[in-house]
Amino acid sequence: MPNFIDRRLNPKDKSLGNRQRFLKRAREELKRAIKEQVKSGKIADVDAEHNVSMPARGVSEPTFQPASNSGERKHVLPGNREFAPGDRIPKQGSGGGAGRSGAGTGRSEDEFQFVLSREEVLDLFFEDLELPDMVKLNLKESVAFKRRRAGFSASGSPMNINVGRTMRNSYGRRIALRRPSRRELEAISDEIAKLEAKPDAGTKYQKRIDELREKLERLERRRRRIPYVDPVDIRFNRFEPQPLPNASAVMFCLMDVSASMGEREKDLAKRFFVLLHLFLKRRYERIDIVFIRHTDEAGEVDENTFFYSKQSGGTVVSTALEEMLRVIQERYPAREWNIYAAQASDGENISGDSEVCASLLSDELMRLCQYYAYVEIIDERETEIFGATDNGTSLWRAYRTVDSEWPNFQMTRIARPADIYPVFRKLFGKHSTMQLRK
Amino acid sequence: MAQAPASNLLFQGSDWNFETLARTYDAIEEIALNELGLDVYPNQLEIISSEQMLDAYSSVGMPLMYQHWSFGKRFVFEDHFYRKGQRGLAYELVINSNPCITYLMEENTMALQALVTAHAAFGHNHFFKNNYLFQQWTDASAILNYMEFAKKYIAKCEERYGTPAVESILDSAHALMEQGVFRYRRPPRLSSAKERERTRERLEYEEQTYSDLWRTLPPTTESSDPTAVERDISERKKELNLPEENLLYFLEKTSLILEPWQREILRIVRVIAQYFYPQRQTKVMNEGCATFVHYTIMNRLFDQGKISEGAMLEVLQSHTNVVFQPGFDDPRFPGINPYALGFAMMQDIERICTNPTSEDRDWFPEIAGSGKWRETLLDAWANHRDESFILQYLSPALIRKFRLFLLTDEADEKYCEVASIHNERGYEAIRTALARSYDIGANQPDIQVMDVDLLGDRHLRLQHNVKNGVLLDEDNRDATLSHVRHLWGYDVSLEGVDAESGDTLYECTTAELSE
Repeated sequence: MPNFIDRRLNPKDKSLGNRQRFLKRAREELKRAIKEQVKSGKIADVDAEHNVSMPARGVSEPTFQPASNSGERKHVLPGNREFAPGDRIPKQGSGGGAGRSGAGTGRSEDEFQFVLSREEVLDLFFEDLELPDMVKLNLKESVAFKRRRAGFSASGSPMNINVGRTMRNSYGRRIALRRPSRRELEAISDEIAKLEAKPDAGTKYQKRIDELREKLERLERRRRRIPYVDPVDIRFNRFEPQPLPNASAVMFCLMDVSASMGEREKDLAKRFFVLLHLFLKRRYERIDIVFIRHTDEAGEVDENTFFYSKQSGGTVVSTALEEMLRVIQERYPAREWNIYAAQASDGENISGDSEVCASLLSDELMRLCQYYAYVEIIDERETEIFGATDNGTSLWRAYRTVDSEWPNFQMTRIARPADIYPVFRKLFGKHSTMQLRK
Repeated sequence: MAQAPASNLLFQGSDWNFETLARTYDAIEEIALNELGLDVYPNQLEIISSEQMLDAYSSVGMPLMYQHWSFGKRFVFEDHFYRKGQRGLAYELVINSNPCITYLMEENTMALQALVTAHAAFGHNHFFKNNYLFQQWTDASAILNYMEFAKKYIAKCEERYGTPAVESILDSAHALMEQGVFRYRRPPRLSSAKERERTRERLEYEEQTYSDLWRTLPPTTESSDPTAVERDISERKKELNLPEENLLYFLEKTSLILEPWQREILRIVRVIAQYFYPQRQTKVMNEGCATFVHYTIMNRLFDQGKISEGAMLEVLQSHTNVVFQPGFDDPRFPGINPYALGFAMMQDIERICTNPTSEDRDWFPEIAGSGKWRETLLDAWANHRDESFILQYLSPALIRKFRLFLLTDEADEKYCEVASIHNERGYEAIRTALARSYDIGANQPDIQVMDVDLLGDRHLRLQHNVKNGVLLDEDNRDATLSHVRHLWGYDVSLEGVDAESGDTLYECTTAELSE
């Protein structure tokens, strides 16, 4: 007789701790992978589901393994049908018969993938920018709501009583509880009246009349107890506020791609644009992105060229503004489109051009734009010098004049990824467009 | 007498309860002990749920295991495949311990429970208890206690030194697990907890009283002449017992930077690796033995009329799945299935003993026609590991049945060449090559600690003896080397030396890697 032990009731999740430890590690990997994808992927793709495949660096377990592509080895395989000694079998990479026979080596863990939902991707994305919760609140906020019918409810204001539905309920209840109908009562009282009207009513029909009266009284009592319309019958129309995306928006990304904009600057700019895109996407049904880059001449390009091409040259910022103006006039009439623009630059400009920019903005663009944000990407060492002052590049100084004139113009400086989100909040915070700055 | 006279069946239908389990166990035990002559540890059968099975899976099959993220990773992988239906769970899991613990899954039908009982509680159990490798290298009665100690110890370390610190030591130790076994000498038995405590105290005392000042005393004699230097080196090597192939052991004993608790963790990992070493050398035999035992017992039960035809069909279906061997060009081909090979060889031995052909008489004069198949098998199970078992017992008949053939594969060639097939001239070559492919010593990278200059820059030199030009996978090699460096604390270099010519094939050091 063996010893049987029922372990099924033992505490579950013995490996929960192990799994948590693994997920903690995996999270680091995922963060890195997301960062990589944000860097190399398209702006609009950030806000989507992602497959992140494991294993990656942090969760691999290296050991000394024989390399499969070196030396000479022997394989014994089963299932020979046609071969004779001396036959040659071409090697097909690692597939086929030959390479696979190292029984037990090379586990196929590569197929394993994490699929991250949009929310998880955003969480990881914002984690890097710090302050994840605030951003979610902010981004999910919609501007306008429309009330839409959404079925019925048992409570509400008298204004919203749905008479049809209420009466139907009441009818059903009356049938179910057998509320005597008016016709029934009338029939009985008619009969009583008829009997009473007969000449020898007092004697011959007295018993029948009493019966009828009693019945009538009972039915009337019942009728009183079961109301025609009861509070439980009442139904109200229910309305639900639904976010109303207001039409469409276009987002202009303007970037200086002159030699001074290096890898770091472009990455910062990209992250800023991604954030802007996420933000706008929640407000608008349809959103277009226009990429304009400029050196000493400007042009509209696709996203890839925008971030990755290595064109370089002098810097004339106003060309980008002119290009933007042209695109607006051509394709995005301000009456139909909400126009947003974000400009990223390191602030260097050819002398004299900054004033041109300022007047272009003040005279033309600011009237068309919903909002214009200027982000100056500066060196980390410069943060201390420029942090809170008006000193800076000629562009910065010229834009100050626009800033004081137009409430929907904002400008700021960033030096590190961690700066992006706070700055973004400053630029796009709920009331920033309302405040008039002196 | 107690059984219903109408039916001799042990159980009907697929549901099980403890009563039927016990009744079936007794019937199986009867056959296993008296007819097959098996010799087993006392059995302990535990009923677990599928999730607990996944748990057990992911912590290398041990009921008690310390915590580490890699077990969580395994759990997530297994769970993922299990839920997607790509992979089923094993019906059983058995632990080499005394008493021998067998897990039965609650989802199994009664027929499967019977199969598992015969397979694990008798087949594996007998093998664990009687095979010479297990007898020599593992201590079945101590392992559970030891695992409990290990789990507690590591938990205590995590509490004291923080999870990340413990984790990083474990990561490095796991990377060297395969280089953490003694292959040729018998390892010391797992000492009792008390004895371990004493060793640790002694170690702590030594560390407290150690004074580095003594090291700075000027040497008494000037050893500038080259012969003296050479003598120093050889003496130093002798002192450190070099070369040493057990890297974990060497690091545990010699590393200058490890704290006592870190050494203890290395020791734990090493002990576990050592415990599993015999299992890795006897996959074919162990599974073959268990499969042969369950096949024989279930058939016997059926012959006795103790299980129904329906149950027997179910048993046979599971059995066939287990011993299925797809050909090399089948997309399902995962390599040679140890269940299939082991089972076929053991059945073959039975056939040779009872019903030999003239070919068998030529190849196996001692056993052919002897009729003593039980004795022959018991002897084989006790005294062989996969390599020697195949070398001794793989018959031409079986080579033909499996249609085995031998390929030679040279890295520089675009073709693999068929060297031998299942014909008269090929049998020997195929048998030798197959046996060799199960020899862990021959197939695992042979890496040894060659030298270290403890008084100089403390550079640790490892040597990889390259056989047949098979090098190491470079990414893995570099990553593993940096784990060695982590445990050693100073630069580590690995030199690949051709085993035949003695030429240096490659050399890498962690100093280059970090740049």
